[in-house]
Amino acid sequence: MPVRLETTGAAAVAHAMRQINPDVVAAYPITPQTPVVEYFATFVANGEVDTVMVPVESEHSAMSAVVGSAAAGARTMTATAANGLALMVEIVYIAASYRLPIVMPIVNRALSGPINIHCDHSDAMLVRDSGWVQLFCENHQEAYDMTIIATKLAENEKVLLPVMVNLDGFITSHGADSFEMLEDEKVREFVGTWEPKYPLLDIAKPVTHGSIDMFDYYFEHHRQQEEGMENAYNIIPEVFAEFEKLTGRKYDYLDLYKTEDADYVMVVVNSTASTAKYVVDEYREKGIKVGLVKPWVFTPFPKESFKNALNGKKAVVVLDRAMSFGKEAPLYTLVKSSLYDISEKPAMGSFVYGLGGRDVTPHMLREAFDAAINGELELDKQKYLGLRD
Amino acid sequence: MPLNIKDLVKYVEENDWAFTQGHRLCPGCNAPLAAKWATVVAKALGYEPVVGAATGCLEVSTTIYPYSAWNVPYVHNAFENVAATISGAESAYRSLKNRGKIKTDKPVKFIAFGGDGGTYDIGLQSLSGAIERGHDFVYILYDNEGYMNTGNQRSGSTPPGAETTTEPVGKAKPGKIQFKKSIFDIIAGHEGVYAATAATSEPFDFMAKMQKALEFEGPAFISILAPCVRFWRIPESTGPEVTKLAVESKYWPLVEYDRGIYKITKKPRTFKPVKEYIQKLGKYKKLMSLYNTDELMAEIQEYVDAKWDRLVALEEISQNKPLRK
Ligand SMILES: Cc1ncc(C[n+]2csc(CCOP(=O)(O)OP(=O)(O)O)c2C)c(N)n1
Repeated sequence: MPVRLETTGAAAVAHAMRQINPDVVAAYPITPQTPVVEYFATFVANGEVDTVMVPVESEHSAMSAVVGSAAAGARTMTATAANGLALMVEIVYIAASYRLPIVMPIVNRALSGPINIHCDHSDAMLVRDSGWVQLFCENHQEAYDMTIIATKLAENEKVLLPVMVNLDGFITSHGADSFEMLEDEKVREFVGTWEPKYPLLDIAKPVTHGSIDMFDYYFEHHRQQEEGMENAYNIIPEVFAEFEKLTGRKYDYLDLYKTEDADYVMVVVNSTASTAKYVVDEYREKGIKVGLVKPWVFTPFPKESFKNALNGKKAVVVLDRAMSFGKEAPLYTLVKSSLYDISEKPAMGSFVYGLGGRDVTPHMLREAFDAAINGELELDKQKYLGLRD
Repeated sequence: MPLNIKDLVKYVEENDWAFTQGHRLCPGCNAPLAAKWATVVAKALGYEPVVGAATGCLEVSTTIYPYSAWNVPYVHNAFENVAATISGAESAYRSLKNRGKIKTDKPVKFIAFGGDGGTYDIGLQSLSGAIERGHDFVYILYDNEGYMNTGNQRSGSTPPGAETTTEPVGKAKPGKIQFKKSIFDIIAGHEGVYAATAATSEPFDFMAKMQKALEFEGPAFISILAPCVRFWRIPESTGPEVTKLAVESKYWPLVEYDRGIYKITKKPRTFKPVKEYIQKLGKYKKLMSLYNTDELMAEIQEYVDAKWDRLVALEEISQNKPLRK
């Protein structure tokens, strides 16, 4: 029987890792990811898993060791946040180009500088073009589920891409909530084993990994990488469906909350969606038709789902917890471009919120909805929620 | 049992080289000697080598897609992280072996190759971390005293006065002023390690050290002086000739360190002046044409003498006194 655990999001992720029991975990601590590593290290110390843990001296080495391990043919995981991810970036790209199915929870935190330890999504957005699949999680349950789903997705032979599982720093990682944990055997059965085709450790079939790839091949290889991403897009629903069979929990590219008949829709990722659902219910009680779209899948970007969800709406407000200085905010720009050829285009508004862990209140979300409802949205004018003048 | 020449010859006659011909390193380059010798020793001793390489000449010239000069498993990741990368592969091996998923019964050994840029400079942290964690691997530094792959830029290994493109010798400044770091001492400072220096003029000394490094349970390190004939501005055929002089002049002493115990593996009966070595190197031509180098030569001579005396003393006081088990 599944059990309900009352704990932090970090512990939920660590439990998923424990149940997956990867061959190797190499990680370096950084707030707010640290408890994920600490919980997992305790599982190792107590013999609850027989994973080889590599306590590296930096995140750059964490990602480097993880690449070496996955290339060797081992199921490999790490986790990080913000500056740690920034330090890794060079190798984050390499991991994807080597088609290594690494799973990495990202406990989202603001990038320096100035230094800040709290939640925003600038870290995830830094690597949005790195070739990793990026999943986003609202709460403990989703963080737990997506870590398991990520493993199965990454290792699919047609995908073979690394996957990041994003959860909000402190809000999800350190907040206590309850989630349902599957039986260990059920998880192991679901993820199965990974049978790599060209592992470094197949001594009988020596393979060269990481050749120098010049103008005559690099381009084709990148096209193949894109094909892996296209396959990921097609296979994600299959993996979600299988997971639903196991748990009854239904995932999709987008979590659609009361959007069907909505006139005004908010788009937001991760934990803010919980507050947004509460606010949507408030408006609904007053008879105002609002709804919420929360992407579970950010990369590959589910364009079609956005088109279907947003065609014919009166207005769409996109909330970004990251900026792209001098350009449109990352989520906004993608949502807007996906609506380019729909028949009935909504008015659009871009709102940046919650940078560096700035608290997000229902009042702020109402501000965005009200701007939509009152016809006050200005296309491409970036507005800010909760910013002092 | 130390590997003898007969066994080695027999092995080479009956087997493919782990590191094959057909690579694109320059004629006369000394780096492939290190790659060839290290892997053949491992193979001849019955190990299965798994190789990692840092970005640099050896890497770019041996694995131009879709070709590879490596007949053994090989991984390249980036410039500064070959030690971390190989530490991941070695961890995977331990895990998969424990879980019964390794097909070969032969012992697998992990060998990382890095240039001096990838070792003294940008890769130092990664190497130090991997050594401190005690991974079972052999790190081979082919030291050509500069970033040669990218056209002779200065590294922490470049000796003072040698011509490089990032600290060229000019009228106002005599090139690089700093002495080389002592990478051997840095590695020895990790204590629980086997570390050695070697030179391309002494293949058997290298091979004996490689054997020890392979048999050492834990991190082992060998730095081999391996000239880049192009940017040292020496004739193509003279790499080993030049490193022989480096050894004979105390510029590059051949030493070993095993968990606290120092040993000099070659003690020339008489020493050549270091100037004789330096004068062979075209990379000093510019300095010598623009400056009076008497003072620098004297300073380097004094330095190598002091280094040698220090090594002799270390050898003596560390006898039978290992720091770690
Ligand atoms: C992070 C990073 N910085 C810089 C480079 C450019 N680069 C590639 S190889 C190299 C020099 C390598 O020098 P060394 O390690 O001494 O090896 P060698 O070329 O002499 O074989 C440099 C600077 C790089 N590839 N990656």
